[in-house]
Amino acid sequence: MATLVRLQARSKFVAQQYYFRNSVVDIFRKKEYDAAVKIQSWFRGCQVRAYIRNLHRVATIIQKWWRSYSGRQEYQLIVKFASCAMKMNLYNAMAVRIQRRWRGYRIRKYCFNYFYLKEYLKAVSETNDAIREALEEFAEMKEREEKKADLEREEKKRDYQARKTHYLLSTKQIPGIYNSPFRKDPDPWELRLQKAKPLTYQRSKVKQKRCISLSSWLACTSARSFPRSEILPPIDRKQCQGPFRDITEVLEQRYKPLEPTLWVAEPISELKVAREEFRRQEWMRDVNDNMFLPFSSYHKNKKYTPLMHSSSKYGPNSYGSQHFRDENPKKWICDKDFQTVLPSFDLFSKYGKLYSKAGQII
Amino acid sequence: MSQRQVLQVFEQYQKARTQFVQMVAELATRPQNIETLQNAGVMSLLRPLLLDVVPTIQQTAALALGRLANYNDDLAEAVVKGDILPQLVYSLAEQNRFYKKAAAFVLRAVGKHSPQLAQAIVDCGALDTLVICLEDFDPGVKEAAAWALGYIARHNAELSQAVVDAGAVPLLVLCIQEPEIALKRIAASALSDISKHSPELAQTVVDAGAIAHLAQMILNPDSKLKRQVLSALSQIAKHSVDLAEMVVEAEIFPVVLTCLKDKDEYVKKNASTLIREIAKHTPELSQLIVNAGGVAAVIDCIGSCKGNIRLPGIMMLGYVAAHSENLAMAVIISKGVPQLSVCLSEEPEDHIKAAAAWALGQIGRHTPEHARAVAVTNTLPVLLSLYMSTESSEDLQVKSKKAIKSILQKCTYLPALEPFLYDAPPNILKHVVGQFSKVLPHDSKARRLFVTSGGLKKVQEIKAEPGSLLQEYINSINNCYPEEIVRYYSPGYSDTLLQRVDSYQPLTH
Repeated sequence: MATLVRLQARSKFVAQQYYFRNSVVDIFRKKEYDAAVKIQSWFRGCQVRAYIRNLHRVATIIQKWWRSYSGRQEYQLIVKFASCAMKMNLYNAMAVRIQRRWRGYRIRKYCFNYFYLKEYLKAVSETNDAIREALEEFAEMKEREEKKADLEREEKKRDYQARKTHYLLSTKQIPGIYNSPFRKDPDPWELRLQKAKPLTYQRSKVKQKRCISLSSWLACTSARSFPRSEILPPIDRKQCQGPFRDITEVLEQRYKPLEPTLWVAEPISELKVAREEFRRQEWMRDVNDNMFLPFSSYHKNKKYTPLMHSSSKYGPNSYGSQHFRDENPKKWICDKDFQTVLPSFDLFSKYGKLYSKAGQII
Repeated sequence: MSQRQVLQVFEQYQKARTQFVQMVAELATRPQNIETLQNAGVMSLLRPLLLDVVPTIQQTAALALGRLANYNDDLAEAVVKGDILPQLVYSLAEQNRFYKKAAAFVLRAVGKHSPQLAQAIVDCGALDTLVICLEDFDPGVKEAAAWALGYIARHNAELSQAVVDAGAVPLLVLCIQEPEIALKRIAASALSDISKHSPELAQTVVDAGAIAHLAQMILNPDSKLKRQVLSALSQIAKHSVDLAEMVVEAEIFPVVLTCLKDKDEYVKKNASTLIREIAKHTPELSQLIVNAGGVAAVIDCIGSCKGNIRLPGIMMLGYVAAHSENLAMAVIISKGVPQLSVCLSEEPEDHIKAAAAWALGQIGRHTPEHARAVAVTNTLPVLLSLYMSTESSEDLQVKSKKAIKSILQKCTYLPALEPFLYDAPPNILKHVVGQFSKVLPHDSKARRLFVTSGGLKKVQEIKAEPGSLLQEYINSINNCYPEEIVRYYSPGYSDTLLQRVDSYQPLTH
């Protein structure tokens, strides 16, 4: 019984010890379990990580290869396009060069010559200058001529004045008004008066009669009607004596236009020339030179076969058929035939139209 | 009474008639007497004297009638109504040359007033007798007949045709070859009057061989003759190209250019008219004139005269320049543009200004070089002022507007265009802005100049409807500049800046 009590007293202790020993083992087991779990999980983790790493590596390799492949494809495309573009640019540039040259050439040669235009404008301005100079010279010349004419007119007037006032000349006894004794030299008018010839009475009378009145029939102003001399013949109111013809008839005869006869008016070979001209015109005009034959003579194109008798070995003799005269060409003086001339009778062409009254019955 | 006393009565009567008729003829030379004479019934008194026995009285009566009819058309009509013409025509054929001269003078005096009177003369058959007078030997008679024919043919084409049908033209051409200067003058003037109406009449004159003789007479020193000859040639040349070519073939160039330097104003005018009529037909004829140096001579001639004398020369330059750009360039290098701009500013009359404006427009419208040559001489502002002024006639306004438009469309010379920005009306402003918009995108110096001269500012101030052509031009100009500059110059920018200053709150730390 004591052991029981001892055991019972120890049972708590044993229970406790049993619990403690189990729990420690439990704890130890848990610890070991946890450690094992940890080790296993770590190891598994490493395993998986290694696997994943491997997978990564492999995937990277695959992706790398794929990307490099597709990149190369793209790159090839790019290079292709770039090379095409470069070629096209080159072609375009060359084509532009050719077109540029061609266009320049074409315009310069066929459409518009710039240098020729410049030359032309230069030539025009040179011509303008030349014309301006020439015109100025011309204007100057005219002015000079006018001035000269004016001076001459003045001179003539003064001369005429001096001639009219010739009586104012100084004589030995009386000095004239232009030769005053108180002067050193005589007035220039004095010298002029000395040189001038006095006017004659007749001249002034002739000058007066020159004014036209309607009734003086000899006041004909035409320069051609009478020969002009220095001093006009005296004009009387009487008609000139003598068997003079009417002035109109005289002038008619003098200024009659030429009326050539047929002989002179047309050349001798007029007919021949006209025929030639006509033939030439026909030759020009006609399309076909052959004469138009009627169809009935269509069959008449057979060649004539001559007699055997007249066609000898030496050919037919032309004497007796083509010429009937003995000719000696060495005696000919020229090789052309004499021309026949058509004489014309102009016996009556001037009948009644002659100026002289010879043969007319008055 | 004795025979002598009887005859003395007749002599007295004849003396009285002679004296009366001579006094009337002398009085009729003065215009103040003619009214009195008319009221005194001189026509009815002169008429029977035409049929007088004594030839002197007939001639003097005809002379007096001619002088009276010359004065005004009432008297001329009285001559026609009084049936004097048939008597004159009949006796023209028969009488001596003094009577012929006097009768032709009467016909001329009647025929010059109006076409109806000239028609009356034609109707009484005067043309045939006048043509017969043209064949007379006395040059005075020929002159009087040619004068009468010229005055009749002057009025219209039918009368000219009647004169030509009477066969006057070959005789007139013969008259031109006569040595008397007065006869040559009158014959040339008659040919000019005949050929001015229509090409057929001019062709008739040419067929008679007139051109060669007229061309020879250009060298004659007498200036009145040259007037008529040049006028005749220009009337012939004006109708068609063929006639103008025929006139040119008579080798009038370069002799005609000496006529441009003549002292007489009308010779210059007629010479430049002739050159104008030739130049206006085709470019080849204009080229011929340019090659002969005609343009320089005409420009000098324009410079030396004033007023209406200049007008044909100005028109000639316009016609030459209108044909092609090479010819316009030839006009420019002959220094034509300064002369034309002087004409434009100096001349008081509108029609001459209009002609000068038209000529400048023709010169400047071809290419930018031509427009530049015109713009450099500062004519564009003058043209603009003529267009805008209310005093100019409508013709002048239309022509200057056309000239401005045609020059502006080719003008790339910007300094000349800038003044237009300021005072041009809207329809012209459109073209100016358009030109700027074409030039500015390509030229950097011009852009700078445009900004510094205030042009950009002015362009911003222009109000245009959005979508209109003007707005597009303004936009394209604005696109040439950076935005800040455009904003800087836009109107009211200073106000917006000040507004921003007002509304700015400074940052307070």
